[in-house]
Amino acid sequence: MWRWSAIVGVHLAVVVIWYLVVKLGNIPKFVIASPHATLMSLFDTYPWFDNTVVTTIEIFGGYFLAVVVGVGLALVFSWFRTVENLLMPLVVSLNMIPKVALGPLIIVWFDYGPMTNAIIAFSISFLPILITTARGLREIEPDLIDLVKTLRATRWQVFVKIQLPGSLPYIFSGMKVAVVLAVAGAVVGEFIASDAGLAYLIGQVQVTLDTAAMMMAVLLITLVGVALYLIVLIMERILVVRDARVETV
Amino acid sequence: MTNAEPFIRLDGVSKVFRSRKQEFLAVSDATFDVNEGELVSLVGPSGCGKTTLLKIIAGLFDHDGGSVTIGGAGSGFDPARDVGMVFQAPLLLKWRRVMENVMLPAEILGLPMKEAKDRAGDLLNMVGLAGHEQKYPYELSGGMQQRAAIARSLVHDPKLILMDEPFGALDALTREKMNLELLRIWEQSRKTILFVTHGITEAVFLGTKVVVLTAGPARMADRIEIDLPQPRTLDMKTHERFGTYTRRIYALLGME
Repeated sequence: MWRWSAIVGVHLAVVVIWYLVVKLGNIPKFVIASPHATLMSLFDTYPWFDNTVVTTIEIFGGYFLAVVVGVGLALVFSWFRTVENLLMPLVVSLNMIPKVALGPLIIVWFDYGPMTNAIIAFSISFLPILITTARGLREIEPDLIDLVKTLRATRWQVFVKIQLPGSLPYIFSGMKVAVVLAVAGAVVGEFIASDAGLAYLIGQVQVTLDTAAMMMAVLLITLVGVALYLIVLIMERILVVRDARVETV
Repeated sequence: MTNAEPFIRLDGVSKVFRSRKQEFLAVSDATFDVNEGELVSLVGPSGCGKTTLLKIIAGLFDHDGGSVTIGGAGSGFDPARDVGMVFQAPLLLKWRRVMENVMLPAEILGLPMKEAKDRAGDLLNMVGLAGHEQKYPYELSGGMQQRAAIARSLVHDPKLILMDEPFGALDALTREKMNLELLRIWEQSRKTILFVTHGITEAVFLGTKVVVLTAGPARMADRIEIDLPQPRTLDMKTHERFGTYTRRIYALLGME
């Protein structure tokens, strides 16, 4: 309970400091809008709801795809060591590409729109999941695999009963890192070319110097990310036994 | 033990590991029998191929020379169902409770769940873990985890239990205690047990027979029938005959 009060307290403190800085620093509202003004921008005529829905779909969609592809590919790697030895160095190189720089190219290839932004979110977030899952699968004791092999377990049984639950702590640590990246991917896509979404809206209101609306859009994007992070966290709480959790961020 | 044919017969078994540039002889000319219901110790220094031999018997490795016969003709030995394994590490699934861990082989083999559960309960009772069924492995001590692993190796009622230094990671006192436990479990379950260890005293104390292996080049040095009364008790370790056996093994391993 203390922990929850601390979390809420720290966040509230930031809002208070924000308020005080704007108030006491006499900062013009087109530089930093006050918390109140930011909140009130929700009542402006901007299509907040629709844009939030679009961005949410992009982030969640791209992220979901990243989890499926990342875990799936890692599993294939664990089955075929030659494939892993061949492709893992490539994966590391690919990971070095600033995925943000690929944004314009992806838009050229897939045309602009929420689909494309989801693909950007996917491409930026699936590698950490792949890498941590592959690591988790490698961490599984070979003797444990031997134990079930003496029982002539099928490949599927080994995956469902040993490999997947055994690497879940690692999968979740990758998934937590990937949340941030998926959000960034969707935003980048919307910035480069789009006609909907919260980052698109930021571009629109920047022209009119509506700082309050810009800040509100940032806040909403953050909230979508936090919501996704919380979902992942809750799933981890349910699925991973405390002792096995891998601590990250 | 009226069976004329031994339960396991190894005849001149050898195993070579090949990498691109070199060959490594892990086991050479291993020849010994294990009768049904026997507890045979395999003793030798680390790297002498004990584990390799065990894995050959478990069907995890192929062997290169010689022959391995398990079960003999018409014994109905099923390599999938009739082998239970215990390793040095308990290897419990940490996301499963003790009961669920013991149930793993039954799940994989698709045995009727209700009966398997009853059996798992009985086995946990036998290994002294009654009341701990719903705990997670991290809540148990090392010795208790290994007991759970032993219960797991018995849940599908296999004919043969292969143990690879199961008490090697335990402290000396717990190890003694577990030795007595194992003898009691063996007595109650009447399983055939192959017990790999590098503890000479342990090998003699537990085994009806001790197979001695030497390292580099890996080969089998001798088989010794241990003629000590059953059930074994701790004071037998001070018997003169016990000392004769251990001295002989030390000598075989070139430590005298």
